[in-house]
Amino acid sequence: MKRHLISAADLTKDDALLILDTAEELDRISGRSIKKLPTLRGRTVVNLFFEDSTRTRISFEAAAKRLSADVINFSAKGSSVSKGESLKDTALTLEAMGADGVVIRHSASGAPHRLANWVQGSVVNAGDGTHEHPTQALLDAFTMRRRLGGLEGRKVTIVGDVLHSRVARSNVLLLDTLGAEVTVVAPPTLLPVAIDTWPCEVSYDLDAVLPKSDVVMMLRVQHERMNASYFPTVREYSRRYGLDVARMNVLPEHAIVMHPGPMNRGVEIAAEVADSVRSTIVEQVANGVSARMAVLYLLLGGSEPAIGKEVSE
Amino acid sequence: MSTYVIKNARILGGDPADILVRDGAIAEIGPDLDAAGAQVVDATGLVALPGLVDLHTHLREPGREDAETVESGTRAAAMGGYTAVHAMANTDPVADTAGVVEQVWRLGREAGYCDVQPVGAVTRGIAGEQLAELGAMADSAARVRVFSDDGHCVSDAVIMRRALEYVKAFDGVVAQHAQEPRLTEGAQMNEGEMSAALGMRGWPAVAEEAIIARDVLLAQHVGSRLHICHVSTAGSVEIIRWAKSKGCPVTAEVTPHHLLLNDTRAGSYDPVFKVNPPLRTADDVTALRHALADGTIDCVATDHAPHPVEAKETEWAVAAMGMIGLETALSVVQEAMVDTDLLDWAGVADRMSAAPARIGRLSGQGRPLEAGSPANITLYDPSPRRAVDPTAMASKSRNTPFAGLELPGRVVATFLRGRPTVLEGKLQ
Repeated sequence: MKRHLISAADLTKDDALLILDTAEELDRISGRSIKKLPTLRGRTVVNLFFEDSTRTRISFEAAAKRLSADVINFSAKGSSVSKGESLKDTALTLEAMGADGVVIRHSASGAPHRLANWVQGSVVNAGDGTHEHPTQALLDAFTMRRRLGGLEGRKVTIVGDVLHSRVARSNVLLLDTLGAEVTVVAPPTLLPVAIDTWPCEVSYDLDAVLPKSDVVMMLRVQHERMNASYFPTVREYSRRYGLDVARMNVLPEHAIVMHPGPMNRGVEIAAEVADSVRSTIVEQVANGVSARMAVLYLLLGGSEPAIGKEVSE
Repeated sequence: MSTYVIKNARILGGDPADILVRDGAIAEIGPDLDAAGAQVVDATGLVALPGLVDLHTHLREPGREDAETVESGTRAAAMGGYTAVHAMANTDPVADTAGVVEQVWRLGREAGYCDVQPVGAVTRGIAGEQLAELGAMADSAARVRVFSDDGHCVSDAVIMRRALEYVKAFDGVVAQHAQEPRLTEGAQMNEGEMSAALGMRGWPAVAEEAIIARDVLLAQHVGSRLHICHVSTAGSVEIIRWAKSKGCPVTAEVTPHHLLLNDTRAGSYDPVFKVNPPLRTADDVTALRHALADGTIDCVATDHAPHPVEAKETEWAVAAMGMIGLETALSVVQEAMVDTDLLDWAGVADRMSAAPARIGRLSGQGRPLEAGSPANITLYDPSPRRAVDPTAMASKSRNTPFAGLELPGRVVATFLRGRPTVLEGKLQ
């Protein structure tokens, strides 16, 4: 396992399974009345959030605290960053404070790569621009595995704005690593031009794909796409690519419905579907803490990477 | 002025001969030349080329003297074997009046390291809306013949048509930065497999090709000279090849970096590889090399674009676009074109000296190495290989994409009208 977690492609199958197995173990303490392990005592994790994302930040914060790490939350708003301080200077500041791990969320694709050049500690990508969000993919895989058993050969359908989705990129890569068969479904305007180079199938027809899906993962439609001619109207998008009750009913009996949140109820997913027994949306949030605990534990667990045979970059 | 005898130089890579330089001109070429009081320059093993001419240099002065000045940029040019550079117009203030182009021209003369030929903006403030006073710049002391809004595309078809027509009156040429603006809003890198994987806004090849297609048709229609800046895609090459086959008066340039690097470099997210137009695919690189070899692309132009450190030590999305290239251009061309047997040294002399001088209408540059020509001479040792060291460069900026890369060759001497600007690899 590498020193940083920046892309889902950084993970071998063994790495990914180790994280998922570790998450499973750590998840047990979430059921205890005292939800705390001493593992990362004395270590410092910085949550460096240049983009507002309360849910991801508190998930990482809970994960680090349950492992007894010291947590520093650094949000760009109201800090020197908003006064024009560069990412590099912020990184050097963190370095001077002795951060063992930096969890970074940033609106620019590749910002975690850049940060990793400037800090000694481990960098965990908590979402960078339209690039990746690897811990989201890990918590999604964790959730699928719990509901469906192994992922080998499972058919996962990812629906929506694949072009701009960091969740989709990380999920396609990780699910392929884990042996699942991924199909992405979107209007052609919301797929990258080189989608044929990705390890997944592509369809423009949600209704054709749903009956053979074990998992259907709906992506959020961002407001800024709605007025940029990616699709004619929100209603047309919803009719063609939204998951309503009628569509949910053609899914196989065991199939689950996922969404990384936050949802646009009534756009990509109907309220009845989001609240149905198939929906794992609330579980995903809970599982996020366990998956992130596993990542922090394995990256910061000792003076050497806890599961690494080598430190590679 | 000193007299020099350059001994045993391989002129355009040919057999060794001596070059006698006197009074700023080449007096004689032949075996065993000598002259009383002449300084001897041993050029054994060195290739002699006509002084290189760059059609596309950003000297940043006036306005961004923290990145480059006319003096530092022309020192870099001399170190790269250049005796003339065309200074692009996107300075601050923009070179869109006779006053600014004369200022840049005068700064070049004062620095003295190479000829500085200012390029004039096509439109006022390179805003793309109203023609700048092209005639005033042409008639000024700077004698502007190349006009470009480089950095921005003259995207309005009517403005482009008018500019093409208007510059005919003084034998000017419009050098187009071909980039359809709507197709490239927020674009970060070549659109393709890499941009899809890296999650960066794509810059489609068609955004360049559509403008080139439109402009060659316009140039054909109005019978005007058109030059295409920094051609970067295989599709652009096809369009230019077609246009030339129809007799369209179009010329084109390619940068050294587009001849050597491709878009996989963006995988590091290091903005030193962020440039406009973006690095393209390996197939595009191959097409560009062949187009330069067969003359579809007329010349190499550096698009030397200095930026201060802080403009590149950032996230990719906010970093400045551009890379420096004057001091590595000849080495890159050797690596990409000569060592691959696509071009011989005579071909290099054409693509890096004669052709750009012809396009820019520089009468005293790009002349053949023969008696009577101005003594603009570059002596180049193609044998050593070295890792590119940005800290050793004469440019004020360090944003070279070739840092650490091993490249062949070294400029040993540069003569500007008989005066060495570089000798033994050192600025004079």
